[in-house]
Amino acid sequence: MKAEAQIPIRVVLMDAFRSFVLSVQDYSLLAWRSLTNVFSGPHYFSDTLTQMDDIGVGSLPIVLLAGFFIGAVLVLQTATQFVRFGQTALTGDAVSIALVRELGPTLTGLLVAGRCASGIASELGSMQVTEQVDAMRAMGTDPYRKLVTPRVVATLLMVPLLTALNDFVGLLGGCVAAMLSLRLGAVEFWTRAINALDFGDLMQGLTKPMVYGFILATVGCYKGLTVRGGTQGVGRATTQAVVVSSVMIIIADLFLTKFALYMSNKIF
Amino acid sequence: MATASTTAGYARAELHGGPAVKFTDVAIGFDEGEVLRGISFEVAERETLVLLGETGTGKTLTLKLAAGLLRPTAGRVEVLGENVSGMSERELLAFRRKIGFVFQEGALFDSMTVEENVAYRLRQDQVPEAEIAPRVDEVLEFVEMSDTLDLLPSELSGGMRRRVSIARALVSRPEIVLYDSPTAGLDPVTSQTIITLILRLRDVYGVTSLLATHRLQDGFALANFRFDATEKSVVRIAKGEPSETATRFMVYRQIASDNGAAGADTDENDSYGNGIYFDGTPQEVMNSKDPYIKRFLT
Repeated sequence: MKAEAQIPIRVVLMDAFRSFVLSVQDYSLLAWRSLTNVFSGPHYFSDTLTQMDDIGVGSLPIVLLAGFFIGAVLVLQTATQFVRFGQTALTGDAVSIALVRELGPTLTGLLVAGRCASGIASELGSMQVTEQVDAMRAMGTDPYRKLVTPRVVATLLMVPLLTALNDFVGLLGGCVAAMLSLRLGAVEFWTRAINALDFGDLMQGLTKPMVYGFILATVGCYKGLTVRGGTQGVGRATTQAVVVSSVMIIIADLFLTKFALYMSNKIF
Repeated sequence: MATASTTAGYARAELHGGPAVKFTDVAIGFDEGEVLRGISFEVAERETLVLLGETGTGKTLTLKLAAGLLRPTAGRVEVLGENVSGMSERELLAFRRKIGFVFQEGALFDSMTVEENVAYRLRQDQVPEAEIAPRVDEVLEFVEMSDTLDLLPSELSGGMRRRVSIARALVSRPEIVLYDSPTAGLDPVTSQTIITLILRLRDVYGVTSLLATHRLQDGFALANFRFDATEKSVVRIAKGEPSETATRFMVYRQIASDNGAAGADTDENDSYGNGIYFDGTPQEVMNSKDPYIKRFLT
């Protein structure tokens, strides 16, 4: 029996690198086309509305529930520090800034990524393995226009709105926790929370979710449309969509925060 | 010059004068290596080409190349006189409206009803709703599925899904229909129903057909029978009977790259791809003494 030929490690690494570069190229093309398609027809408005309902309304319960409890927990955690200095009144400021600038957008992004990037990848992946995407192309429909762009537009519009609601409900949860555990008044909490924010914070808090929405939709679509290996491949793509989009959101958060702080110092 | 005629109320596909499909030295490969190489053939208008071969020999790839769903790595694919391999995706999307594609498992959109599936292309083309309903009814009646309008694909049997898929391919009145293993996995009775539909489509609408299959009996059914539109039944083609539609067989087989001869002896240094091993009439298939061809006959 002949011994199997050994493949040099250099070749394996080069293949892996080549495959990675090709994936980045394909993903970039998909992301680019998903945006440029907005400016030329045909448009699929009903598909966009369906996706807005699925992504926006469908994600509302988990976003609100998580937001309320995160807000409450944030008050309890920050209060333990402020109590030491007798400054419990500052919890409203701290919770408000943390929620609007950071936790609201990132938490919403991650929650929607968990729910929708997986959903998009599994839906498009199933269509891919059952040749429905090819059937669409065979009938003269561009799958990027019909499947990708409506999902990207829907998440771009819905994730900022979900974030705004998450911020509000988070502050509500914080207010309830502050009233019950710190004996702070609701008016005092809300006044401090609102006054702590400036325009730059709101811009930062609403720009980030747009980027997160774009990331989770394009990653979900890319993973779905590049499925290989039948139903097992669909499962793998679904997991990868959540993992990759979540990691990309967290990495993007760092750069967006740095950029937003820079811009806020320059402009506001 | 283009000509059109009607039979039993159906508009027949126009004749353009040249070959309906022409492959010139086409090759296609993926990461794993070359799958098809040196593929050259022509399909005349209203002719039926039966692509035979074992699983993985590139039959489906050939159909997808003809529909422009895949691009060849070498060679030229012409369909209805137009260079499909040189078209942009946007041009292809418009061009594919002349082609009907029946996928192996039907590939019906599972979130849409039968009516929505069949009417899909018409709605994409913004055909008025008043015109869509009669056209959908017509093609569903053609495949004898009129009573399934509101059903979802998951509520249909395998054979019914294929029939709806044929109706969907037919609704835009294509000039060429590509069938990817339309009878695979079906029981003999349902397979016969599908073959009858393909015969009707060919003989009533006058479409050019490319059929990929591993079942030789499907090919012989297309070669030996025709659909009589007046009698509305399938009849055997009598010997010497003039027929507008010819049937040809093409067999794919794995070949090695060093000498390019299909089925030739190979060694471990050869790279492999699939090529045309046989191209001939049904009679030539029947009379063939080649052991590989004979495998399909038994």
